[in-house]
Amino acid sequence: MTRVRTAFVVAAIVIALWQALVWLTGVPHFILPSPLRVASAMRDNIELLGEHAIVTLMEIIAGLVLGTLLGVATAIHLCISKTARVFLLPVLVFSQAIPVFAIAPVLTLWLGYGVGPKILMTVLIVYFPIASAYYDGLQATPRGYLDLARSMGASKTRLMLRVRVPAAVPSLATGLRLAAVYAPIGAIIGEWVGASQGLGYLMLLANGRAKIDLMFAALAVLAVMTVALRKLVDWFCEKALTRWLPASAGAGGNDPAVR
Amino acid sequence: MMQAPTILLRGTYEMLGRQLFEHLSLQMNAGEWTCLLGPSGVGKSTILRLLAGLETGGTFAGDITASDGLSLANRVTFMAQEDLLLPWLSVAKNVCLGAHLRGEKPDFEKARKLIRHVGLEKQIDQTPDTLSGGERQRVALLRTIMEDRPVILLDEPFSALDAGTRAAMQELAADLFVGRTVLLVTHDPAEAARLSDRIFILDQSRLVETAAPDNAPIRALDDPSALHCQAQLLTILRQSV
Repeated sequence: MTRVRTAFVVAAIVIALWQALVWLTGVPHFILPSPLRVASAMRDNIELLGEHAIVTLMEIIAGLVLGTLLGVATAIHLCISKTARVFLLPVLVFSQAIPVFAIAPVLTLWLGYGVGPKILMTVLIVYFPIASAYYDGLQATPRGYLDLARSMGASKTRLMLRVRVPAAVPSLATGLRLAAVYAPIGAIIGEWVGASQGLGYLMLLANGRAKIDLMFAALAVLAVMTVALRKLVDWFCEKALTRWLPASAGAGGNDPAVR
Repeated sequence: MMQAPTILLRGTYEMLGRQLFEHLSLQMNAGEWTCLLGPSGVGKSTILRLLAGLETGGTFAGDITASDGLSLANRVTFMAQEDLLLPWLSVAKNVCLGAHLRGEKPDFEKARKLIRHVGLEKQIDQTPDTLSGGERQRVALLRTIMEDRPVILLDEPFSALDAGTRAAMQELAADLFVGRTVLLVTHDPAEAARLSDRIFILDQSRLVETAAPDNAPIRALDDPSALHCQAQLLTILRQSV
């Protein structure tokens, strides 16, 4: 509860400083609108903001889910297949050398102005942290577990599915928490490059019409959405994925030797 | 369970160009507890891993034979200092882990009986993070016995427990593993003196047998012959340092 209170206090201080800055410098509202102006813009355009926010939220969630599934599948595939490690791993690393920003226009060119390229962009941005975190986790199965499973006569497939895949879930949770923060970036980039709806589109539109207060309002909505998504993913990781971890241990804290 | 065999390990083991032991010969009599004592790093755990058919990182030149002429594969199970309970599975499922990993139908009825026998029925559906160290090791013990193998290898299974819990676990293990060929690797002379039919000390690549007490294990905590044996073992171990 104290953490929530601290967050509110910090937000209040930041808003107060912002308001003070506007008053003291007399900066025009089309450069930096005051928090009050942004709040009233938000109130006046609540329906418009809601419409666009829902589009962006759907893109983020679709991208996050697809990217996670793809990342998990890749990590498992890399773990069981030597061929995949030889050919896929360099591709995976190289893919990170190309900024998603740079390929966004190409994706829009190929896939059009709909939600498709935005979801794909989010998938691309989410995929790598998930795949690499989970792959690391799969590689780090405690040796004792492997010995035990082998002495019990477990087949390779069952060892994978019943020991290594679940044992690496704390690493997956780490990747997922990271991905939840990255995901909105993908969707917004996609909307900037070319879109007819979504918060990124609305921000560009408002900017073009010098409605800076509306742009800030859209930004605020996006920030709230990102924080909420992060919280939701945190909650999911804790309650559904890693409920069995001892409370004191963080990700990867399932090392039996530590207890 | 199949009849427990006598096992003989003979050979030389080398790791990274260094000989850990040479022409070693270790016999574990059928249905008895054989104890292997010695300072850290002399290769006690390596012997155990060789018997279990696990990766050791070195090369072993020699053979491991059973008195009935059959291979040891799938007749051995081991238990280590870490309980190795899978933290996402309940107590009952951890006890039945072997069947779970082989894709067989687990015998939950038998597991439940064993769990009741060791006084953990209240925790049967809980995950291991809610258990104490002693309780966790009891579950690991049950998982080992559920495998129903004639040969059991124990690698310092009780060394992380407090003294009282350790004594209780030794009694439980002696009770559950009766009739099996057991190899116990430990560095605790008291444990060796309580549990063993035969005691070997592995020290600088040599294996020396020390007389175990005459009476049958498991011996009482205040058994004079066990206490005497314990003192003797400690003396030998101190000389070898």
